[in-house]
Amino acid sequence: MKRFSREHTVGAALLLLMVSLAVVAPNFFDAQPFISRLASQMPALVLAIGVALVVMTRQIDISIGSQFGMCAVIAGTAAASGMPMPAAMACAIVAGLVMGTINGWLVAGLQLPSIVVTLATMVIWQEVLRLWQKGRLLALPDGVQWFGMSQSAGQATVICAAFLLLIMMAWGMKYLSIGRRVYAIGSNAEAARLAGLAPRLTTFGVFLKMGVLAGVAAVLNLVQSPQIQPNCGEGMELKAIAAAVVGGVAITGGRGTLFGVLLGMMLLANVNPALTHFHQPPYWEKAIQGLVILIAVAADRSRLRKQKQVT
Amino acid sequence: MKTLLKLTEIRKSFGAVRALKGVSFELLQGEVHALLGENGAGKSTLIKVITGAHQLDGGTMELGGEEISELTPAKAQVLGIACIYQQPALFPDLSVAENIGLRLEKVGIYQRVKWGAWKKKAEELLKRIGAEISPDAEVSSLSMPEQQLVEIACALGSGAKIVIMDEPTASLTQKEQHLLYKVVRDLRAEGVGVVYISHRLEEIFALADRVTVLRDGESVGTNSVDGLTESQMIQLMVGRDMETIYPPKEHELGEIVLDVKGLSCAESGTDAVSFQIRAGEIFGLAGLVGAGRTELARVLFGITPADGGSVLLNGKLLEIGNPRVAISHGIAYVPEDRRKHGVILEMAVAENITMASHKRWFKGGILRSGIEVDAVKGFVDALGVKLSSIQAPGGSLSGGNQQKVSVARWLATQPKLLILDEPTQGVDVGAKGEIHRIVRGLAKEGLAVLMISSDLPEILGMSDRIGVMRGGRLVEIFDQANAEQLMAAALGSGEVES
Repeated sequence: MKRFSREHTVGAALLLLMVSLAVVAPNFFDAQPFISRLASQMPALVLAIGVALVVMTRQIDISIGSQFGMCAVIAGTAAASGMPMPAAMACAIVAGLVMGTINGWLVAGLQLPSIVVTLATMVIWQEVLRLWQKGRLLALPDGVQWFGMSQSAGQATVICAAFLLLIMMAWGMKYLSIGRRVYAIGSNAEAARLAGLAPRLTTFGVFLKMGVLAGVAAVLNLVQSPQIQPNCGEGMELKAIAAAVVGGVAITGGRGTLFGVLLGMMLLANVNPALTHFHQPPYWEKAIQGLVILIAVAADRSRLRKQKQVT
Repeated sequence: MKTLLKLTEIRKSFGAVRALKGVSFELLQGEVHALLGENGAGKSTLIKVITGAHQLDGGTMELGGEEISELTPAKAQVLGIACIYQQPALFPDLSVAENIGLRLEKVGIYQRVKWGAWKKKAEELLKRIGAEISPDAEVSSLSMPEQQLVEIACALGSGAKIVIMDEPTASLTQKEQHLLYKVVRDLRAEGVGVVYISHRLEEIFALADRVTVLRDGESVGTNSVDGLTESQMIQLMVGRDMETIYPPKEHELGEIVLDVKGLSCAESGTDAVSFQIRAGEIFGLAGLVGAGRTELARVLFGITPADGGSVLLNGKLLEIGNPRVAISHGIAYVPEDRRKHGVILEMAVAENITMASHKRWFKGGILRSGIEVDAVKGFVDALGVKLSSIQAPGGSLSGGNQQKVSVARWLATQPKLLILDEPTQGVDVGAKGEIHRIVRGLAKEGLAVLMISSDLPEILGMSDRIGVMRGGRLVEIFDQANAEQLMAAALGSGEVES
């Protein structure tokens, strides 16, 4: 029997969307707007990669939007205070690392449920941002936008950086021990422990990586505009989790690939531009995205049911 | 005698898999009818057809002389069919009385339930089967056998005319088994038809009136138990003659590998256990369920670390604080419950086999696929694992093959001591023999083996020496023993302890 693969169905849906756009609205593929769009989708992709790892380990992290916002504001503040760009970027990543470590320690160290832990840290970082920035827009100095390069070179850098990260992470999932550990722990934590796979250490590491990726995502977002809003991370967690789920990451852990996450992100992110090019009101975006998520989850269910019948 | 249930040429397929290819089965009033077959012979599917969980594809089903179509689980219950599964399906956070009440209550969901009356009814039912369980006890606080007794009470309370029991004694102690036998005989005396599924042949001889053997989804015949011998039954099941069941012990033992002195662990009740195992030796560990054998293995493997005594492996004193430390010292533990603690069902067979020995395949931290695949193929060949591909998910294998994968995972760690916990539980007769040969072969190569088993013939046939545990203590070690001696030691000088 052929094994069901979410990558195929999502890939087919994405292809269908692209082909119909090519027929109906070929100017969708005009180079400059296309690349701009792609670059603007990269921060969410990086977050989705991180949260996919978390979900595969049978955990959840809903604080990633807040982490993303914190990292962006910290890097922005650092840059505004006159720090060189690489140092500002390092600030974002260290901030992410610290926030990821806190989540990891609470979940893996104290064995608290991740949904509650990250709900709490989500609110805490959100409030810290609100008290600190009081809703002000943070203007960024010159030399931050597009890393001080031209717009097209900057966009290319953002896209390349995100894809390089994706490839590295996907390679790691296949060729590093931690990849196997993530799947094993997400499928059956007790069996993994008996096999000496150190589930707690691995889970801790996954939350830590999530924080670092939130920092990277924040940097990739920061360089795309002349100023940032302190609430720029709001809703990002849902976008990222949705992309992972649509891309075939099982919400119950143990299953999924990062390539699928990429496809899921591309499919969801292109709903809005596609509507514009089909000359439809953009209000449909969220409804259609919701529908796509439901279809993906329903496909999971019916596949599970089929599997059960065989055994 | 009246025919309660008659199945004729039942067929059932799942996609391309033909689980039942024509099964005929008849259950009379007041008989215990055993259903026998290797794993994968179609027993579970047949039960699910009878209980309405699966719709049949072909053939006919008659209940009390009337043909039934479109059977659903709810309808089956109304028609008086009750099933007691191997794993009790109770609500752990509710009390015994609430569980029984919920199962048997017929009122609508917004009608009032008379919990007081249900408590009385529960008490009465439990008493009838001789179970000493309080109706107020929370189910999660009960042991597995006790939960099974609650299930039986439910079946009894529903006034079922047909009771199906799927390996009911798999996790029961000797005393509880005898209690269950009595319940089954009482049911029979009341005119209930019992379909009894078990891997234990001696049980079938003790209880059943007739036996139907399934093989590869077909019924190969129904016989009266009186006219059959054990080897005839095995022959019917496997369709071939069994070779000598236990491989011979013919090699010399080596140096002492494991030396345990006064090992204790308060948390798991292990109490001052001392024994030694030599290279090439299979040390069998017998005892009743709950005697502390699995607990001892878990202490040795660091799952519940010891708080007293010492463990020497090849003369080196070990401090085993967690499974990772145990693995690094060369201790391997194949757990009892392979679906829960062993094979990861969603992951590929290859990944399952190499799971506990990542260091060997991830050289410098990076996977060497070639080395991994070669090693996996080696194990698959050596242990005779039957699979479509080493990338097939572990859950797609049969029980016996899953067990072999579980063993392979631990052999891949190149252990000095192999602990096997119930290595052939729930495994069909053919695979059981293969596993025995594998284990004996490993011992021959110099591995020290600690084998826990509740199967007395297996312990007697496989072990070089046998230790008997009772109440967390190792009470006796035999160089030579017979089943009576082991049982007497396990029970404690003829007295029955539970």
